Amino acid sequence: MNDTKKAYILNTISVILLFILLHLMLTGGMFTRRWQSVVILLCINVILAVSLNLTTGVLGQIALGHAGFMSIGAYTAALITKKYMADFSATDQVPLGIYVIALIIGGLIAAFVGLIVGLPALRLRGDYLAIVTLGFAEIIRVIIEYLDFTGGAQGLRGINKMTNLYVIVAITLVVIFLMFTLGRSRQGRAIISIREDEIAAESSGINTIYYKTLAFVVSAFFAGIAGGIYAHSMGILTAKTFGFMKSVEILIFVVLGGSGSFTGSIVAAILLTVLPEVLREFADYRMLVYSILLVVMMIFKPSGIFGRYEFSLVNTPKDIKRYFAKRTQKKKGAVQDDNNTES
Amino acid sequence: MTTILKASDLGISFGGLKAVSGFNLTLETNDLVGLIGPNGAGKTTVFNLLTGVYQPTEGAIELEGHSIMGKTPHHLVKLGIARTFQNIRLFKEITVLDNVKIAFDHQMKTSLLSSMFRLPGFWKEEKSIETKAIELLKVFNLEKYRYYSAGNLPYGQQRKLEIARALATDPKVLLLDEPAAGMNHTETHELMDTIRFIRDRFNIAILLIEHDMQLVTGICEKITVLDYGKIIAHGLPQEVINNPNVIRVYLGDDD
Ligand SMILES: Nc1ncnc2c1ncn2[C@@H]1O[C@H](COP(=O)(O)OP(=O)(O)OP(=O)(O)O)[C@@H](O)[C@H]1O
Ligand SMILES: [Mg+2]
Repeated sequence: MNDTKKAYILNTISVILLFILLHLMLTGGMFTRRWQSVVILLCINVILAVSLNLTTGVLGQIALGHAGFMSIGAYTAALITKKYMADFSATDQVPLGIYVIALIIGGLIAAFVGLIVGLPALRLRGDYLAIVTLGFAEIIRVIIEYLDFTGGAQGLRGINKMTNLYVIVAITLVVIFLMFTLGRSRQGRAIISIREDEIAAESSGINTIYYKTLAFVVSAFFAGIAGGIYAHSMGILTAKTFGFMKSVEILIFVVLGGSGSFTGSIVAAILLTVLPEVLREFADYRMLVYSILLVVMMIFKPSGIFGRYEFSLVNTPKDIKRYFAKRTQKKKGAVQDDNNTES
Repeated sequence: MTTILKASDLGISFGGLKAVSGFNLTLETNDLVGLIGPNGAGKTTVFNLLTGVYQPTEGAIELEGHSIMGKTPHHLVKLGIARTFQNIRLFKEITVLDNVKIAFDHQMKTSLLSSMFRLPGFWKEEKSIETKAIELLKVFNLEKYRYYSAGNLPYGQQRKLEIARALATDPKVLLLDEPAAGMNHTETHELMDTIRFIRDRFNIAILLIEHDMQLVTGICEKITVLDYGKIIAHGLPQEVINNPNVIRVYLGDDD
């Protein structure tokens, strides 16, 4: 419990420092408009990556339709704020409360659709989820293009913008916090146990269908939140942005970072969002480079950059110390077989 | 003595093969019963029937007088039937402590939101489960390995951890599938002592599958012998080992 308290204090301090830094950079004019939108995109991708990681990494089920849930959240939240602005608008600024409520409703609808799509696939043992989600995302895309109130194939225009970096970064941090706390709770343990051995989990009293569905629905919820943020940062939505390639891109964040590690998902999402911005030439070949990265990764470190390791301000320094201690001991020729890590 | 688990005329076929038929069993509190028989006799299949992994094609199962037919394995765990596996099935990549904590899940109440937002109820329950889990690990002398990945434990300790995990579900009946498989002589005897100890300490009924006839006669008070899916003998160890059918089966086998 002592380490837990220490972790909370350290994390709180680093969040405050992060906001001070953000504030200094914004007021000091160090962020160009372009970089501000990169940060927003980065936040969106981080949320998408950690949420998919819950299903793919922690639960161990491949899902190929994350962009579909993102689109449901995006359109729902956008339609809510549009309606609100049309009926009660005084300015063209979306009130923060309405924005947050719109995001949450978008997330809830995405979660509900996740329940309907996920439950039948997750009742079965095996990788049915991949196929079902793949089909689902395509169907959603076609439906959005077909319907009128979504703007059809022309897209949904005139969405009121919400690009306040403090708000978006704060939401992202809250989502990261919630994913970590979920991962380290009875629910998280139950979900992990299914990944480890579904039959043993069931024989330990874990309702595997319930927990599989829970993980998937929570994933869909946060994908919906990411969609809502996206809608209000772009101001316009078209269904084809949420196609198969977007789902694959999110999956690449997870696999590259290390499925099962939220830290890995965050780092991979940040790297793969920022890199194309820094190297403009690279941007055109983004998907190609992703694929090459993925192949290289599969050959040299199939478990991803971080494997299942999680960064922690309390434990990581200890782990690093232990790692180097072990190396020097090895050099001295000492036998070392104690390779456990306290999480 | 009250009857806890009762199976009557249990049977199952896979395609044309009758893996188990006419199987009867009564377990009472504090019973320590052995289930033996040659390879492929149907012992593990009986476990799978009793734990809801397979649905019997014939017969009935009752737990404390209520039918448990058609219930899922996790539901049966909640009702009090726990088991271990012939080929150890641990959650290998997570800690020994977490392996045990997982088995407490169905006794826990913390909601998803309470967990995610770390409400006071979360901490309280988490702490009490941790204490209980460590207590259980102590019974098996495993508490010093609590932060090891379960898969890194030596084989014998993994077998013990699996039993600890099963006990964490707070069972009324414990089914152990060849818990001594792969252990050496001393380890086996230690384990048999532990099994007797947990039967007394936790006040449960234990059904034990074991290949080794001598071993099982040493600790079980009653023994059921299966061959080709049918019970060929049942009774006290002395009666069973002197039963001509059993002798024939075991002489024909190279055990
Ligand atoms: N799911 C299944 N599908 C088809 N046949 C099965 C299935 N499960 C078990 N059997 C068959 O039922 C018979 C009994 O198997 P079981 O595993 O119960 O034997 P056992 O007594 O546990 O043997 P062992 O001592 O080798 O563990 C075997 O012939 C086996 O092939
Ligand atoms: Mg068997």
